[in-house]
Amino acid sequence: MAVRTYIEAIRESLAEEMRRDASIVVLGEDVGRKGGVFLATDGLHAEFGADRVVDTPLTESMIVGVSIGAAANGIRPVAEIQFADFIFPAFNQIVSEAARMRYRSNGAFGCPITIRAPYGGGVHGALYHSQSVEAFFTHVPGLKVVIPSTPYDAKGLLKSAIRDEDPVLFFEHKKLYRSVRGEVPEGDYAVPLGRAQVTRDGSQVTIVAYGLMAHYALEAAELVAADGISAEVIDLRTLRPLDRETLLASVRKTGKCLIVHEDNKFGGYGAEIAAILAEEAFDYLDGPITRVAGPDVPGVPYNHALEDWFMVSPDKIAAGIRTLAAY
Amino acid sequence: MATTERTKAAGSRLGVDLGLSDRELLEIYRLIALSRALDERMWTLNRAGKVPFVISGQGHEGAQVAITSGLRHGHDWLVPYYRSVAAVLTFGMTPREILLALYARAPDPSSGGRQMPGHYGGSAYNILSTSSPVATQVLHAVGIAFAAKLRRTDQVALTSLGEGSSNQGDFHEGLNFAGIHRLPVVIMIENNGYAISVPASIECAIEDLAERAAGYAMPGVVVDGADVLACFRAGRAAIERARRGEGPTLIEAKVTRLTGHSSDDQQTKYRAPEEIAAQRARDPLPRFREELLGAGVLDEEADARLGAEVRAAIDDATDWAEAQPDPDPATARRHVYFEPEA
Repeated sequence: MAVRTYIEAIRESLAEEMRRDASIVVLGEDVGRKGGVFLATDGLHAEFGADRVVDTPLTESMIVGVSIGAAANGIRPVAEIQFADFIFPAFNQIVSEAARMRYRSNGAFGCPITIRAPYGGGVHGALYHSQSVEAFFTHVPGLKVVIPSTPYDAKGLLKSAIRDEDPVLFFEHKKLYRSVRGEVPEGDYAVPLGRAQVTRDGSQVTIVAYGLMAHYALEAAELVAADGISAEVIDLRTLRPLDRETLLASVRKTGKCLIVHEDNKFGGYGAEIAAILAEEAFDYLDGPITRVAGPDVPGVPYNHALEDWFMVSPDKIAAGIRTLAAY
Repeated sequence: MATTERTKAAGSRLGVDLGLSDRELLEIYRLIALSRALDERMWTLNRAGKVPFVISGQGHEGAQVAITSGLRHGHDWLVPYYRSVAAVLTFGMTPREILLALYARAPDPSSGGRQMPGHYGGSAYNILSTSSPVATQVLHAVGIAFAAKLRRTDQVALTSLGEGSSNQGDFHEGLNFAGIHRLPVVIMIENNGYAISVPASIECAIEDLAERAAGYAMPGVVVDGADVLACFRAGRAAIERARRGEGPTLIEAKVTRLTGHSSDDQQTKYRAPEEIAAQRARDPLPRFREELLGAGVLDEEADARLGAEVRAAIDDATDWAEAQPDPDPATARRHVYFEPEA
């Protein structure tokens, strides 16, 4: 198996899918000759041409709205929003149109589009190049939301997203793009949507995370292992549809759950996990469902001291695990 | 509706310039009259307490029928809005199907009774499903045209919106992308002078919205929506231009809104009685009827016969649609996501 970075895995996935299916078109800002601001689409323009790798105007609503229309007429669009922070001009098209197309037409029309967007902080991106926007979209029936944490999953989940018949938001953590390497099989494989993965077995506390936080959760589990605490880590991989079985089975085993996300805490994705556990695993709980999440300020500040203050870290997660384990 | 360059040897001169036979002129007239009767029936059913809501297009029918007549059924695409009763009728939907949407019955092809009336759609007709946020559909039509160009399908997409909606960003973003790629799309603004209650003078900075086309490298055409044949000419030119690969066209049809915005609106609160009365003079239906009578395409007897046929079709559609079952709540969780064949 080849060793790839996270972004190489994404690029490879896009190229293989475009070779497999001529109806796939990539569109977004700077995705053409430049290959995207992070180079996720580097080389695609040269291989597939300007018809299938389309540089768009700086109009996010158009990127998604045109994708919806193109999908209705036989194209399978993979749209790139340059930063998740800039997805909001397209919010109406995603939420009012893409998510509702199938339901409102009683199944007559679908919306097989994939929307890729780099998200996340810890990269000196400040308020508008650091946001975690998943909770806005996990709330919406009709959408699927995917956040891979490894190169293997990035490639395999992106294939599943592109092949899916429904709109999928595919969020890629910027800090993972070049910092994470991993084994990626040559050629075709797909990781199914809606399946979480237990990435570390443990018995006392379940840590639920995704994206960059899935890595930090593993580091934190290692830190507390030195104190004799056995933590299990779940990488959700797909936030919607949620793999309830894996989540519930783990928490019923450990009796304690720590939910970790980078997005701010209030109304964040972790609140839904906590509510599901309270409703469906209450009898198994030996401690309060706890969240370690970003602070409730309107964005990640730029200065390194402020950014460090904002970001969830392995140490912060480890502190949360210790408190919960001692409960 | 197909057009031909041929006219009957014994036919009138009215459609000769447009290559329209008398039969084709009468079909346009029939669709306008049918749409009007259907629309009036919808309001009657609302006022009778049979249905909670109506939104429709009385006054817009001449422009809608004439401009969409140039599309190829089952091949081109129509991306309508909530006033597009006459357009969807022209593009293949039946009065029964339109009234199924009004009654929100289970077999409603637009949404199975899920959406408010007026939100038409039908995969069998290439009529894309409609939502309520305005101007979003412009981008969908542009996307359909983008796909048609990439796939070289020779299709044209036509979309409609009101003048108020043409202030939305999606309208401008759509025209820009269509202009850049010279996409086969026709964007039709149906300017009835009001965005619900707000007159065009304080919703748009310019009077002729077709001028907005200049910013997007496409022709902008103003046409009198009460002049059916002028609308046909403008629509056909735009559709043919799109099909030749020469790019998009913006058509602004100046129409009149003969009713309130919807059944929940009382337009006498913001429109003077004289203005409402004067709008009647801009009704395309009697004007086109007079044109056809004057040219000898239609006579009183044929008109009466056509009127009787229209009434019979509307009565049939009303009775049939009303008798259809409501959707079963057990189905209300379906079609959130794709459902593979069992």
